[in-house]
Amino acid sequence: MKPAPFKYYAPQSVPEVLDLLNEYGYDAKVLAGGQSLVPMMNFRLVQPAVIVDINKIPELSYIEPHDKGVRLGAMVRHSQAEKDPLIKEHAPLIHETMPQIATVQIRNRGTIGGSLAHADSSAELVVVTTALDAKFKIQNQKGERLVPAAEFFVGLLTTSMESEDLLVEVQIPPMPAHSGWSLKEVARRPHDFALMGVAVILTLNKKDRCTEARMVYLSAGDGPISAPEAAKLLIGNEITPELITAAAEKAAADEIDPGSDIHATAEFRRHLANVLTRRALEEALQRAKGGN
Amino acid sequence: MTYKVIGKRVKRVEDPRLLTGGALFVGDVNLPNMLHAAFFRSDYAHAKIKSIDTSLAKEIPGVVGVYTAEDMGEAWEPGPPLVSPPPTLEGVVFNSRRQVPLVKDKVKHAGEIIAVVVAESRYIAEDAVEEIYVDYEPLPAVTDLEKCLEPGHPLVHDDLDSNLAAYLVQNKGDYEAAKKEADLVLKRKFKLDRGAAVAMENRGIVVDWDQKNQHLMIWDTTQSPIPIRNGMAARLGLRTHQVRVVAPFVGGGFGPKIMMFYAEEMVLPWLTMKLNRPVKWIEDRKENFYATTQEREQVQEVEMALSKEGRILGIKQKIIHDTGAFDPYGLTTPLNTQSHSMGGYDVQNYNSELFVVFTNKIIVTPVRGAGRPQGIYVVERMLDIASKELKLDPRDVRRLNFIPKDAFPYNHEIIDQAFVELVLDSGNYLPAYEKALEKIEYDKFVQEEQPRLRAEGKYVGIGVVPFIETTGVGPYEGARVAVEPSGKISAATGVGTQGQSHMTSFAQIIAEELGVEVEDVSLVSGDTAEIHWGTGTFASRGAVVAGNAVLAAASDVRKKVLKLASKILETPEDELELEGGLVRVADIPEKSISLGELAVLANPFRGAVEPGTEPGLESTKYFGPAYGATAFGVHGMILEVDPETMMIKIHKYIAVEDCGTMLNPLVVEGQIHGGVSMGIGNAYYEKLHYDENAQLLNASLADYLIPTSAEMPHIEVYHENTPAPNNKLGTKGVGEAGAIPVPAAFAQALENALPDFNLEITETPLSPNRLYELLYKSEE
Ligand SMILES: Cc1cc2nc3c(=O)[nH]c(=O)nc-3n(C[C@H](O)[C@H](O)[C@H](O)COP(=O)(O)OP(=O)(O)OC[C@H]3O[C@@H](n4cnc5c(N)ncnc54)[C@H](O)[C@@H]3O)c2cc1C
Repeated sequence: MKPAPFKYYAPQSVPEVLDLLNEYGYDAKVLAGGQSLVPMMNFRLVQPAVIVDINKIPELSYIEPHDKGVRLGAMVRHSQAEKDPLIKEHAPLIHETMPQIATVQIRNRGTIGGSLAHADSSAELVVVTTALDAKFKIQNQKGERLVPAAEFFVGLLTTSMESEDLLVEVQIPPMPAHSGWSLKEVARRPHDFALMGVAVILTLNKKDRCTEARMVYLSAGDGPISAPEAAKLLIGNEITPELITAAAEKAAADEIDPGSDIHATAEFRRHLANVLTRRALEEALQRAKGGN
Repeated sequence: MTYKVIGKRVKRVEDPRLLTGGALFVGDVNLPNMLHAAFFRSDYAHAKIKSIDTSLAKEIPGVVGVYTAEDMGEAWEPGPPLVSPPPTLEGVVFNSRRQVPLVKDKVKHAGEIIAVVVAESRYIAEDAVEEIYVDYEPLPAVTDLEKCLEPGHPLVHDDLDSNLAAYLVQNKGDYEAAKKEADLVLKRKFKLDRGAAVAMENRGIVVDWDQKNQHLMIWDTTQSPIPIRNGMAARLGLRTHQVRVVAPFVGGGFGPKIMMFYAEEMVLPWLTMKLNRPVKWIEDRKENFYATTQEREQVQEVEMALSKEGRILGIKQKIIHDTGAFDPYGLTTPLNTQSHSMGGYDVQNYNSELFVVFTNKIIVTPVRGAGRPQGIYVVERMLDIASKELKLDPRDVRRLNFIPKDAFPYNHEIIDQAFVELVLDSGNYLPAYEKALEKIEYDKFVQEEQPRLRAEGKYVGIGVVPFIETTGVGPYEGARVAVEPSGKISAATGVGTQGQSHMTSFAQIIAEELGVEVEDVSLVSGDTAEIHWGTGTFASRGAVVAGNAVLAAASDVRKKVLKLASKILETPEDELELEGGLVRVADIPEKSISLGELAVLANPFRGAVEPGTEPGLESTKYFGPAYGATAFGVHGMILEVDPETMMIKIHKYIAVEDCGTMLNPLVVEGQIHGGVSMGIGNAYYEKLHYDENAQLLNASLADYLIPTSAEMPHIEVYHENTPAPNNKLGTKGVGEAGAIPVPAAFAQALENALPDFNLEITETPLSPNRLYELLYKSEE
């Protein structure tokens, strides 16, 4: 389990990174926390010719208020986000998500940017940033662009970034008023990638009618999987237990597309999706109504 | 017997070194001029090798050589048989087929080695492995235990008529007659799956042939350095004194590290002698899944005849045991299954038919528990199911059937791994069982807690399971104990050490005998230069067999000390005492001489050692029990299951163990904790997934799920003490105990938690997905 030979660079600034990415293109891989990349290299599943280590770049580790929400530099470690008071206040769903990712040791190394760029459909941050409609700031030698989550994640372990692109920041918008949120998941061991999970955000009007509902699933397809049809059952209505059951069943049966592997069959995953959606909607509803 | 040091909760003397990175492991051995090996392993589980092309690999700079079976010439030879079938049974079939160093023509399991690369670094060696090309003719794989004996089925070993590795029947009493008397005859089929041992340290070996000295030095992660030394010398045509094997600190063994010889152990010594340079290989985690032995896969059909009161009248059993591609370890594991299939119960009629089969899966040898968990699982499950059918309290059924205290020694009549009829030396089962029920507050739980939790919508259940563990089998073990001129004690034993705390618990025995501090004893375990004879650490035998050898040697040194001191202090021996590193006159404590001074006097520079005496205060003694010591234990757990998500949490875990005299309760408890974690793995988390091509689908710790500290419940351990009558210390083994009853207790607790679901568990492990199927899908 030793990686194939590679060239190693440890640039000190973002422009230097962009130069290297421009020069080496598809031969290069950015090394962030290394928690996904290094195992794949050791198994020789990927054999990049060039590694561009961005751990020596201090300016990518900020967490700042932004437009009533927050923005996070790509090199913010999971554990840094987990403990950050700004995130706790302005991005409570992110705050609750962090401890569900891997183990403490992995969270101390793994980065927000790495998790999002890796775009694993089982990764919590992929699903949660989709539910939150986060924006991704991407730079390359030619300039900078801001991409919404829905256009960032494009498929199995794939984003809309090109080989010369660097993810530098993710922007989390504030939670709308009268909103409730929940992330529910089932993992074999708490620190494993989840067998199934769902992030839910519900927004109500003053009369407790649902104005917006989002349900996004992990381990349910090639990327973060949304359930707009199930959401439609809720929007415009006062949310009752019957509606919750109907929405959960709709999403689980028709909108997700989970696969089978040694840990769970697609059928079991659909069953879990149904259970978790119900539980997540119940919790989100309670929060939206002002409970906690 | 009251002891001063034995039985005390002495903190482990080896820990400071282990915890601060100051202990030597094989991976730490780095020698000048050393080369590194990496192996090309077969992707196929069953395939003919048509051709091997190593030419590109040889061209990589830094590669010293690439070798295949052909290159080994005369040195190519399969591994030795470790144990033969029990000679006393009639009609035994046993086909011995052993692993080879490098595959010649047909691959028999995925991960078998086809070629080895030797290079200046492991990185280069692995680069070169990628450049080896093998042309295979894939063959249909043998995976299904129940189908693999059918005529016309593909064969693992083409020279055999079938995939049968072994067959035997063990019988006690007359089951068919007993069945006629029965009020209930239960019949169930059980499926017990495979797991890996997953020692934290993978295997590794460093070899160094010194041509001028004509000496081979081997550092090996083995549980049995002396047999490795003996076998290696024989293979290589050397004398035993030309080979020294050191098993330094070993990071967990759990059975697989007793296997010998692994292919790598056969290839590396050949390489160092060929190349005249040291060679190192450290197994990586992926290799560990493909190359290190595994265990537990069986299919069993079990019939139990009972009276309406719940008395077991007889048990009939058919076991199909998977030995993987080879059977170097003989019948040890399935014999253990048979000898534990009656549990600690007085069963007079037993008939067990055993089929051991070859498959294209990784080799099976004992893993902590070694066949015993399967036996305990089936008998305990059968009793739980019978209790339900007979509408009896499962506790009463067990109480009724325990072997009573006055029936010991109890001849179990079943040949076990010691190859003699199993005799349970001693035991007192009922009080230990009652203690477990009391400690887990069984009555309170079922009467108060459970109904209250059920009303809250929670599904919480209890399971309590007793078990026996045969331990401390022969043939023998030895120890050497010596007083140094410094007054400190040196000791050595041939068993390797993989975390069992030998350096502390054996030191306690010596400290007790010689009146010194535990810290003053330095024990070497696992170095063939320190002691010539021995076998190894396995079968929960260290404390029994090596422990009593240590006692014998220490007692003999004590005698020598007293004899010499008596002469010098001019006092009869029986008026002397050993205390604080001194020998002193009991009534006149200031009249004394230190052990160090005595050691100097016992090894004089001039004059003659008296006829009939030996120089030094040293002794080497051996202990070989006629039969083992049988331990007993009871484990109980309370668990909660969410019947929607199938997630399970263990709220309470208790263990009552009876391993006779404890050398050190801390060590005993540590062994139980470790064993329970393996048991929880076997019950719920750990399963090796092989597909129909005998491909292992989860050969990494990302997908092979071991319980980590985060999944472990707090474990309360309680002790009973029924000393073993056949050894002086009264010790019984406890190394494997923790793992044995867990899957059975887990199944009982889960069924107890879900009374509305008509759940009957007859398989282990039980994943959430499988539980979902059992609860929500009617079996086709
Ligand atoms: C045992 C284990 C369990 C885990 N469990 C979970 C879990 O439950 N949930 C979960 O979400 N994750 C889990 N992870 C993954 C973990 O969260 C990783 O930290 C994360 O997936 C990758 O982040 P990283 O910083 O380590 O990225 P790296 O491994 O360094 O990089 C990952 C990929 O992203 C690219 N990349 C990294 N940064 C950038 C950037 N700024 N711009 C462009 N490309 C970039 C790299 O080139 C690489 O292709 C687990 C990991 C392990 C080892």
